[in-house]
Order: sequence, then C-alpha cells, then structure tokens
Amino acid sequence: MATETTAAEGSSLVFHPMDQFIVKPLFGDGAVGMFTITNVTLWLFFAVLTVAALLVLPTSKRAIVPSRMQSVAELAYGFIYKMLEDICGKEGVKYFPYVMTLFMFIVCANFLGMIPASFTTTSHFAVTIPLALAVFLTVTVLGFVKNGAAFLGLFWVSSAPLALRPVLAVIELISYFVRPVSHSIRLAGNVMAGHAVIKVFAGFAAIAVISPVSVLAITAMYGLEVLVSFIQAYVFTILTCVYLKDALHPSH
Amino acid sequence: MATEPIAEEVAGTCVDSYGSAIGMPQLCFDWFPNQIFWLVITLVVIFLVLSRVALPRIAAILAERQGTITNDLAAAEDLKAKAVEAEEAYNKALADARSEAQRIAAEARAEIQSGLDDAIAKADAEIAAKAAESEKAIADIRAGALESIQVVAKDTAAELVTALGGEADAKAIDSAIDAQMKG
Repeated sequence: MATETTAAEGSSLVFHPMDQFIVKPLFGDGAVGMFTITNVTLWLFFAVLTVAALLVLPTSKRAIVPSRMQSVAELAYGFIYKMLEDICGKEGVKYFPYVMTLFMFIVCANFLGMIPASFTTTSHFAVTIPLALAVFLTVTVLGFVKNGAAFLGLFWVSSAPLALRPVLAVIELISYFVRPVSHSIRLAGNVMAGHAVIKVFAGFAAIAVISPVSVLAITAMYGLEVLVSFIQAYVFTILTCVYLKDALHPSH
Repeated sequence: MATEPIAEEVAGTCVDSYGSAIGMPQLCFDWFPNQIFWLVITLVVIFLVLSRVALPRIAAILAERQGTITNDLAAAEDLKAKAVEAEEAYNKALADARSEAQRIAAEARAEIQSGLDDAIAKADAEIAAKAAESEKAIADIRAGALESIQVVAKDTAAELVTALGGEADAKAIDSAIDAQMKG
C-alpha cells in the first residue's frame, strides 16, 4: 500500500499506516451509511463463518472419540467454561453462552485481521466500545437485580478502617466507571498498534538496502501480533468474568 | 489506493481527497453507526448459533463421553470383582477337593486296617483251634501209648511167668502192673 503511494507521489517515502483501518463500501463509491454493506460487514461475516467452522461443523458427528477439529472445539469450550466457573462459581455458568460469544468473536476477528490485506474489525473503537459497554451495562444491571442496594457494598470497603472508607469509595467508584474505557481501549489499542507498526515496517521495504531488515521486522511483529491476538481475547474474556463475579458476589 | 481525487461529500471528514486516512480512522464518528449496526447483528448471530446449536451439542458430547468413561470404569470394576470371585471359588474348590481326597484316603486306610484286624483275629482263632486239636491228638496218642504199654507189660509178664514155669494168674498180673504203672 505504502509503496504504491510512494510510486504515485514519485518522491520520498510516505507512510499511510492507518489507511488499512478505513471503512469503505464494498459496492460502489458512495458514502458510508448505517446499513451500507462495507468491508466491516464482510469481515464480521467472515468472523461468524469462522466461529461456525470452529464450533458447529466439527462437532456435527458428535464423536465419542473426537477428531482433531472437534478436539479444538471441545478445548475452546472447556477453556472458557473452566475460566468462568473458576472465577464466578456455579452461578456464573448461566452466563456461559454470553461469555463464549464474546471470546469466540474477539479471537476469530483478531486472527482474521492477521490475514494480509484483511480488515481488522477489532482494531476499531466502534467495535470494542459496544462490546465493553455491553459487559459494563450487563454487570451493573445484573448486580442491582441480583443484590439490590447491597450491590453498592462493592464500593464500600468494609475491611478498611472506617476513616478511609469514603476515600476508598470514591476511588472504587472512579475505577468502576473507568472499566469500560480501559476494557475497550486495551483491545482496540493493542490490535491497532501492532497492525500499524507492521505497516510502517512494510513502508521501509521500499528501500532496497533496508528491505531485508524490514521483512525480518515484519516477521517478528507478525509473531508478536499472533500472540497479542490471542492474549487480548483472553484478557477481555477473563476481565468480563471478573466483572461478572462482582455482580454475583459484590462483597470484597 | 485511489490515486484520483475523490468527491468531497463521499470522502467525508475522515478521508482526504487521495483516499488516505486523516488522523485515526478509529475516531471517525461518521462510520460508527455502520460498524455498530453490523457488530450487533454479528454478535446476535454468533450468540444464537452458539447458544442454540454449538454449546448444547458440545455439552452433550462431553457429558456422553463422561458417561461412557464412567460406565466403562464400572464395568471394569464389575469384571474385576467377578475375577476375584472366580479365584475364590477356584481356591475353595481346590481346598474342598483336597480335604475330600484326604477323607477318602483315611477311609480306605481304616477299611484296610479293619480288614487286616479281622484277618489276624481269624488267623489267630484258626491257629488256636489247630493247636487245641493237635494237643488233643497228642493226648490221645499219649493215652494210647500208655494203654499199649500196659497191654504189652501184661502180656510180657504173663509170658515171663509162664516161661518161668508158673501159672499165669491174669488178675494178679493186672493188678501188679496197674500198681507199677501208677508209680
């Protein structure tokens, strides 16, 4: 991408590391409206297909002795199920499909974003903020529905000395409302930064002398990004479980 | 990338006239409704697919596998218990057979012993009878011999008397001989 631009502009190196995140209509050149079918739509659709290909297709035989892909599906199931059960206890298991949806979507979208020339949906705040807000609102509503006013005990640290409690309550309150912000920016920021860095290295590949270094750097970054793709999905999911635990058991 | 300048109203506020991003495309709020709309649809579809199809199916597979393993373990436990039982039965049968054999041997020994005792007693009785018979025969013979001696003595005495020119008085000889014989 950057090389094309360089050629087009004819002179010095010009990097456009953020161009890969531009939302474009798939058909025609019109403006992006709410219901326009865009590259976002396409790659979200691929995410749905990937989830189905991972969890639905391989399990269709319901084999007692699983095939490789069925093992993958079972491992993913067991991984998230155990995480949720360990953190939230038996009451948390009810919300397993919800947590599993988040995890499978994020992990599939992250890895689809690793395909060269693909569009990374999870690099956009427009995607991660609704995800984080959904978790935040669910946890808050669930906390009040399950515990009533006792949910406010989350902010009143009863194990601390009485004089400190109002101060701690303010800090707890701020940290509670910062949760959706950090939750969403962590995911989008990590994914976006990695992809942008790879693009910057790709821009340097236009210079013949530097290009071997550039290719090596891209390879290294790609490896790191594969790691980040999984870890960020894991972190998002485990934080969702932790927040859910607060809603189910608000006492410290 | 588009190298031709594009229309201002199509580009909006996020893309310059060469199609490149202005600042961070992530902060372009023009695109938010579109992204959020498709995201919600995606999440709903994934949630429905997972909660209706994939997760119940995987849960069923895992439960079935757990059940199979439990059943197999129970069956193995059963078979093991049966094997132990069979071994016990075998050992018991062996012990029974051994004691039966000992009993039979003892019985046979006792039978033989009693037969032997009978035979010995019978033989003893026979021997005693034979001895008594022989004694009687000896006594008879002895008595016969005495009588013979008496007769011979009487005859001899009578002859001697006659030879010496006397008259043999049978009565006197008899009494004399009897007196002599009695000692």
